[in-house]
Amino acid sequence: MPAERSEGYWRGVGRRFVQDRLALGAAAVVAALVLMALLGSWLAPADPFQASMLKRLKPIGTEGFPLGTDELGRDMLSRLIVGARLSLFMGITPVIVAFVIGSTLGVVAGYSGGLVNSVIMRTIDVFYAFPSVLLAIALSGALGAGIFNALLSLTIVFIPPIARVAESVTTQVRNRDFVEAARASGAAAFTIVRVHVLGNVLGPIFVYATSLISVSMILASGLSFLGLGVKPPQPEWGLMLNTLRTAIYTQPWIAALPGVMIFITSISFNLLSDGLRSAMEVRQ
Amino acid sequence: MGFLLRRVLLSLPIMLGVALVCFALVHLAPGDPLVSVLPPDASAALQEQLRQLYGFDRSYPEQFLSWIWRALQGDLGTSIATNRPVSAEVMKAVSNTFMLACVATAIGFVLGALSGFVAGYFRNSWVDRLATTLAVVGVSVPHYWLGMVLVIIFSSQLMWLPATGAGPGGSSDWTWDWEHVKHLILPALTMSVIPMGIIARTLRALVAEILAQEFIVGLRAKGMTELGIFFHVVKNAAPTALAVMGLQLGYLLGGSILIETVFSWPGTGFLLNSAIFQRDLPLLQGTILVLALFFVVLNLIVDMIQSALDPRIQRS
Repeated sequence: MPAERSEGYWRGVGRRFVQDRLALGAAAVVAALVLMALLGSWLAPADPFQASMLKRLKPIGTEGFPLGTDELGRDMLSRLIVGARLSLFMGITPVIVAFVIGSTLGVVAGYSGGLVNSVIMRTIDVFYAFPSVLLAIALSGALGAGIFNALLSLTIVFIPPIARVAESVTTQVRNRDFVEAARASGAAAFTIVRVHVLGNVLGPIFVYATSLISVSMILASGLSFLGLGVKPPQPEWGLMLNTLRTAIYTQPWIAALPGVMIFITSISFNLLSDGLRSAMEVRQ
Repeated sequence: MGFLLRRVLLSLPIMLGVALVCFALVHLAPGDPLVSVLPPDASAALQEQLRQLYGFDRSYPEQFLSWIWRALQGDLGTSIATNRPVSAEVMKAVSNTFMLACVATAIGFVLGALSGFVAGYFRNSWVDRLATTLAVVGVSVPHYWLGMVLVIIFSSQLMWLPATGAGPGGSSDWTWDWEHVKHLILPALTMSVIPMGIIARTLRALVAEILAQEFIVGLRAKGMTELGIFFHVVKNAAPTALAVMGLQLGYLLGGSILIETVFSWPGTGFLLNSAIFQRDLPLLQGTILVLALFFVVLNLIVDMIQSALDPRIQRS
């Protein structure tokens, strides 16, 4: 019997993550953004829908409008805060749904092998053959504008890469000795997957999925920017960027503000994902 | 040779699948495909006539096969909105996008490879930190917003460069003179940020990995100069770097729509945009098909070049 127990896996992950200052900072920013998305309507100083023809495009620092007003005279600060809800929802939901569907497909394909694997993976290959931006825009363009169609298109875009990662890690785990031992001792396929495979593959797939959130945020806002996602007057950062394009000669810095929010969100998720990757010791 | 042949044969079913997805995409779309050309009070007879003209009256498999058959002969149908052949419209737009994407990839590759190389060589130095920061910013920045910011700085504030279009007076015929190049600078710079970030990231990891390998230690022990070792690192990193660059070119070709919208660049993104909002299905279908097939073929070429440079790949 060893005198001291060795450090558990999750305890080690926590220790390494806390030591990574960049990742901690990114996690704090993400937490603040999520809080903003949840509490937006209470935090906003003014009504984000209240338009006024007289107060259109007031500069940053105007009395009562700390970040100015947009092209319809609505308070920019309030719209940026309330906009967090739809923007984060549109960016994160597709990755979560694609994580569930993609890892299911990938684990089934990787564990079954043979014909099942071929059917699933060759279908995935076809969708993987499209550049992601093209597929997202083509899908939502064909389906028509709207929140649901944009979410659906983005989910379809993110399933193939997640399924590919899931399939490759599952195939590696399937050939390990402990799975072989479980099979030899007569465990059912479902039990082996639940007990032995999932615990070893979900971590890497999860880390990979978090790295997609940044891309998803940019793409989701991009769809709204093109007029294919959220519809006015809803506050959403991509849509705000689109409607403010007319103001780049009159109030350029106000026009650029929504993009700053998208940028901050996207870079924080990227750094958070990098931190998770090294803390969980996942190799690409 | 067996490897190349197998690789080509493997991509044929993918291409067929891509064509099927393009076709399904457009036909799953809700709404009557003729809605954009029909006058609101069109008679039933006129509707029927147009339906037959565009082939929308036939069954889906029939429509798919005849679309593929004609596409193989270079005929992608007729645009509903402009009544011109889709293939002509697509080819013109593709050449504009291709040029923009090539220039952007070249800029991104040079800057990204340079900073990635230096960062990999001098791990944890200030150069490394700067390069890593640039790489993270490059992959995280919403490029359409970056385009807007560049327009704000260089067009609206400094008035150095034009904000939109591909040439003076809205011309879309490209020539290599200063008036045209001026229009290319901002969109190309905006577009180059993504490949720059990705290439810098890849090369930094790759160079560090190569430098840690035993053969480098061996070469050093043998007394090879740093310059000689540098050439060994370049030789080992080149296949991967070129592969990443090829893939990035493909992504830019297919993903240029947002940047082209910001700069009103007369390329495939612009075409897709108008096809979507005018519900011009033949044009939408044709543009997506050409871009996606381009991507598949580019992948194939990248694989071939990579395996020619690094024969180890063929065996795995």
